[in-house]
Amino acid sequence: MASVAQAIRMALHYGEKNLGVKDIFGQDVGAPLGGVFTATQGLKNAWNSPLDERGIIGMAMGIAMTGDRCVAEIQFADYIFNTIDLLKIAGNTLWCTNGQVELPMVVMTPVGAGIFGSVYHSHSFDAWASRLPGWKIVMPSNPLDAYGLMLSAIKDPNPVLYLKSKALMRHKGDELIPGEPVDEKELKAMIDKPVQNAEGWKPRWPDLEEYMVPIGKGKITHSGEHITVVTYSRMVHLCDEVAAKLAQEGISVEVIDLRSIYPYDWQLIKSSIEKTGRVLFVNEDTEVTNFGEHLAYRATQELFYQLMARPRVLAGKNLPGIGLHPNLEKNSVPQLTDIELAIREVVAEVP
Amino acid sequence: MSKKTTVKAGSKPSAKKAAKPTAKAATKTSKKVTTKADNFGGLSEEILLRMHDLMVKSRVLEERLIKIYKAGEAYFWIGGPGEEAFGVPLGMLANKGQGLAHDWFHLHYRCTPTLLALGMTMIDSIRLIMNRSTDPSTGGRNFANHYCFPQWNVAPVTSPIEVQYPIACGTAHAQKRFGKKAISIVTGGDAGTAEGDFASALILASRKGQELPILITVQNNKFGISTPFEGQHGETNIADRARAFNIRSRVINGNDPVESYLAMQEEMEYIRKTGKPSFIEAHVTRLYGHSSADGANKKTHMFDPVFEFENRLIKAGIISEKAAKKIWEIYEEEGVLAQEKVRQEPSPTSESVWDHVFVGNENADWRKF
Repeated sequence: MASVAQAIRMALHYGEKNLGVKDIFGQDVGAPLGGVFTATQGLKNAWNSPLDERGIIGMAMGIAMTGDRCVAEIQFADYIFNTIDLLKIAGNTLWCTNGQVELPMVVMTPVGAGIFGSVYHSHSFDAWASRLPGWKIVMPSNPLDAYGLMLSAIKDPNPVLYLKSKALMRHKGDELIPGEPVDEKELKAMIDKPVQNAEGWKPRWPDLEEYMVPIGKGKITHSGEHITVVTYSRMVHLCDEVAAKLAQEGISVEVIDLRSIYPYDWQLIKSSIEKTGRVLFVNEDTEVTNFGEHLAYRATQELFYQLMARPRVLAGKNLPGIGLHPNLEKNSVPQLTDIELAIREVVAEVP
Repeated sequence: MSKKTTVKAGSKPSAKKAAKPTAKAATKTSKKVTTKADNFGGLSEEILLRMHDLMVKSRVLEERLIKIYKAGEAYFWIGGPGEEAFGVPLGMLANKGQGLAHDWFHLHYRCTPTLLALGMTMIDSIRLIMNRSTDPSTGGRNFANHYCFPQWNVAPVTSPIEVQYPIACGTAHAQKRFGKKAISIVTGGDAGTAEGDFASALILASRKGQELPILITVQNNKFGISTPFEGQHGETNIADRARAFNIRSRVINGNDPVESYLAMQEEMEYIRKTGKPSFIEAHVTRLYGHSSADGANKKTHMFDPVFEFENRLIKAGIISEKAAKKIWEIYEEEGVLAQEKVRQEPSPTSESVWDHVFVGNENADWRKF
């Protein structure tokens, strides 16, 4: 099975071959490195930009203005903050021009903790991103979704933020990407640049097929009856693991992988909460102010009389950074035990 | 303006024709190169009269916009009276059109002269400042002079300064790939060069082997709102910063439309021929202050490029005082009539706030997901 990094690479290849992607660029995105997570190795249209986040976003906006498709990368989301006003402008360009100027651009950036990346390689960006009207925001949790969401992002005529979990880049799923060889060693031999003697290397791309994950559509990754857990990206796997454990005790947890932050799949969340009567929102961005809070607010407003317990948000602590030592990181963003405890609390609550 | 209003001293303009304002008429005068003592750099009378006409039109329009603001019919004014001698030639020289075969413009909010030279009508600028739904640039959503005309590759003007510089590198990159000799043109103010985006553009435009076809300009009016040039700059010329990136650069008198025209013509030809960037720092006058925030009152002691050029043309016998005066009158009348018409035009509806958040008016309201 492909890793998330390989899936993104294959999606970008599909994009430049079939969907008109003419530029894939950012710091170290082109040869020889092909991205610090190897997600852009061997791509025909990948090139290295100056070490300049604002230049990267500005350039992407200009390319998109001409109608050419591009995928720009900010090497770590931790460094996207100095482009906030450009992201704001990209998000408001269509609106400000009364529908005249479209920006069909994708910005991808690795987010979140889990790799012991310390203060500047552990930031989340989902809550920040949710406050950029005009953008669509996606966060895949597995290789197949990573592939399908990238194709949807490239095809979308609006600017799309593609937030990829740093900790999931080597994660392998359990579903094949259409066209991917069954043997992962075969895939590796085809599309991974050799560590040594790589001079003149070129990838041999599998005969990939179009596979779209619609933006705005979530997915139930673990069915249950007693509580709904709404999450996305890396936290999906932690929540699924806790759900499997609690199932042995008879606590039935439904886990929803939101996949898109905006637009988000409210109908899926709503129908699940109506079934379970209880809800927990889990993500690793800081708790003040958190995207999960918006969802909790909406759940309270629209489903108040169907709830059996107070909605709860489990998120990263409101700290200036995430410390390098594992004790510090693990006490900053939700861990398995935190999720389990929160689920037990909500399930135990009696009206 | 009629054809007759632009003829030399001694002509008697037809009142009937004078009542039909059309700046194009100026192009129907003699095409021969003037041989007067002031030879205007060899520019034809046709070009000189066209520049004068557009400079007057721009000044009258900007003054009309200020009047609209001061009359309480607009919330804010910002503009560029004093920059006509640079902005008009810029618009005249460009390869105008839509798509990668044509030049792209990344302008700032002092660029009314360039827009008029491209073909914008006075009434469309007035629609913008009076925020009517008929405003073709923003549909009543944005400030005065935040123009956007996709049909001429005019990118939307933004309120944050200097962000247009790296965006211009993006269009130049696409143009280079397209390979039809079109260029990107970016303008901005001297104070804005303090922003990192300015440096970003110098770097992106000048990388060896990846140089971009872009005309980078700075209109230096010596002020950043109320901060004088010396309060921000240590460099002698802003253009010197481009030289550090091996970008060909020059400083011009942006108050002289002839010098501006010839310099920009030369630099545009260089860019189209080489595919490499060029930089122009143009010294200009800021005649009415930065915006309505600092009063928008005329500074009478400053060099006025429109009047100076007009006097020069009169002195050279290229236009009569009477004909020149008539041009001002015609555009003044056009401005008044446009304002009266726009007053009657519809405002954006409250419900339209949700329009165009996403392409195709896709639902953007989370309450409806």
